[in-house]
Amino acid sequence: MSAAVPVAVRSTTRGARAVGMLRSTGPAGIASAIVVAIATFMAIFGTFLAPYDPITPNLSLAWVGPVGGHLLGYDFEGRDVLSRLLVGARTSMLGPLAVVIGSMTAGTLLAVLAAWRRGAIDAMISSGLDVLFAFPGILLAILATAVFGAGLPAAAIALAIAYTPYVARVLRGAALKERSQPYVAALEVQGASATSICLRHLIPNIMQLIVAQATILFGYAMVDLAAISFLGLGVQPPEPNWGVMISENQVGIPQGYPLPALAACACIVAVVIAVNVLGERLFEQAQGAPR
Amino acid sequence: MHWRFFARRLALLVASLLVASFVIFAAMYVAPGNPIAALSGGRSLPPSSIAVLEARYHLNEPFLAQYWYWLDNALHGNLGISITLRENVSTLIASRIWTTAGLVLYASLIILALGIGLGIVSGLRPGALDTSTLVTTAVSAAIPAFVAAIVLTLLFAVNLGWFPALGNGNDFLSNVRHFTLPAIALAISSLAIVARVTRASVREEGRREHVQTAVSRGIPGRQLIQRHILRNAAIPITTITGITIASLIAVAAVVEVAFSLNGLGAYLVLSAQSKDLAVVQGISLVLVTAFVVVNLIVDVLYAALDPRVALGSRAQ
Repeated sequence: MSAAVPVAVRSTTRGARAVGMLRSTGPAGIASAIVVAIATFMAIFGTFLAPYDPITPNLSLAWVGPVGGHLLGYDFEGRDVLSRLLVGARTSMLGPLAVVIGSMTAGTLLAVLAAWRRGAIDAMISSGLDVLFAFPGILLAILATAVFGAGLPAAAIALAIAYTPYVARVLRGAALKERSQPYVAALEVQGASATSICLRHLIPNIMQLIVAQATILFGYAMVDLAAISFLGLGVQPPEPNWGVMISENQVGIPQGYPLPALAACACIVAVVIAVNVLGERLFEQAQGAPR
Repeated sequence: MHWRFFARRLALLVASLLVASFVIFAAMYVAPGNPIAALSGGRSLPPSSIAVLEARYHLNEPFLAQYWYWLDNALHGNLGISITLRENVSTLIASRIWTTAGLVLYASLIILALGIGLGIVSGLRPGALDTSTLVTTAVSAAIPAFVAAIVLTLLFAVNLGWFPALGNGNDFLSNVRHFTLPAIALAISSLAIVARVTRASVREEGRREHVQTAVSRGIPGRQLIQRHILRNAAIPITTITGITIASLIAVAAVVEVAFSLNGLGAYLVLSAQSKDLAVVQGISLVLVTAFVVVNLIVDVLYAALDPRVALGSRAQ
């Protein structure tokens, strides 16, 4: 686990470590990993797997229940629900991924910068982040869509900005702790540049925490982006998306056709639970890791 | 009293509000096209209306002066005019604010009573109830408000018919009935998180040495729980409850849309869809202010519960 392990050894142990980690997480962890794997698979290959056209309406089939070949029946416009779930996985998973990548990158950079320079720059970054806390993610996303027009990109960028202070606050603490380790001072004495110490040693050493944070954040981003699409401000119909599917099939609930809306709900909840379980395990491991 | 702490916290509140209001104001400049296009939502306006907008927003003056005029107006309760309804934004907000406030308050009460209650009970008594609380809260923490809205409507409005599915009520009692499902939908994931944190901190405090000492001194159970366990556990419980309740203010929009409640959030979404920027700015300002003020209250409570917080800021 130490930073000085040669590269070749490290790459083999990493695979073994992943397997060992999975084994130690127990049935809930394994089930969660499977759910995430299925959702990822759907996001990548869903378009090719979808058995029917997910876009073209056929009103004569509206609200028809599950029949042969249509496992989940038809939605409010007579489209195959399963096909729409499969194709919709892409925007439903890709949006949160973009948010996580954006906010993790910005948050890590700010945290490491603050921890490295300390003093005035740290104070500036920290109070800047405190001020950014004033904006709840969903609110910033709604504001962004009002200005730039409804759609996934505006909402995702807004959420990435709103999440950045949360990321930076957690990682700053870890980076500060790492910064005061003797190996950093040793590397500085040896003349290593700040950038190389941060990129090669400091960030890799807090990587476990970064991954745990990213996992938890993915769940939040998924809920918030689905909410934005549910509100009609994200992915635009007839484009399939889990949040969109809930909002457009919501009318079926009082009419006695709950299946299409519930199927999309189930997809979101399953992924969010799985990601939360994995994230919690990763946090435990990151905190329990021997230093 | 720790004046320094409060002064620092108040300064942060003002700074947050200034930055937030600046972002909300600047929204009309980052929009594609000119501010007139942003304010009109891309509609073509007659020259007289453009002149009105120019005068109202002082568009011929420097950027910062415009912001100052806008902020000054906002502080005096003048938030501009809705381009779609041709009515004062303040009037439109005033007629809807109580729906949102009532919804958030109702949900907060549910969280305080059920979340903290459940957390304390399962934290004090390991066993079947504790295990089932852990499992249900793990699942319900992952349930987004709109999913809860769908499932609750299906179960309690459509199948059982206990509560109305949509809309506001017309007197207090019918309002309570109309707001019950929305409030539960809004509360459910926060409730689970609060219950989990409460349980964990009660459990942790119960294991502390001073509690064990109190037990061996023969201090009666009620006093033990109130003075020795809850007094310390109250600190993390306050933090998480405050954070989750503050977050309800924004999420209320989702619940209002799902249940067709005529609140601020639903109106914000409607205005965002129709690109009625003055309304979006006005409601955002109100919601951000509420969010920041709730956060301030939490921090002050936190300092009252844990004197070290205020002392820490003095030591700096």
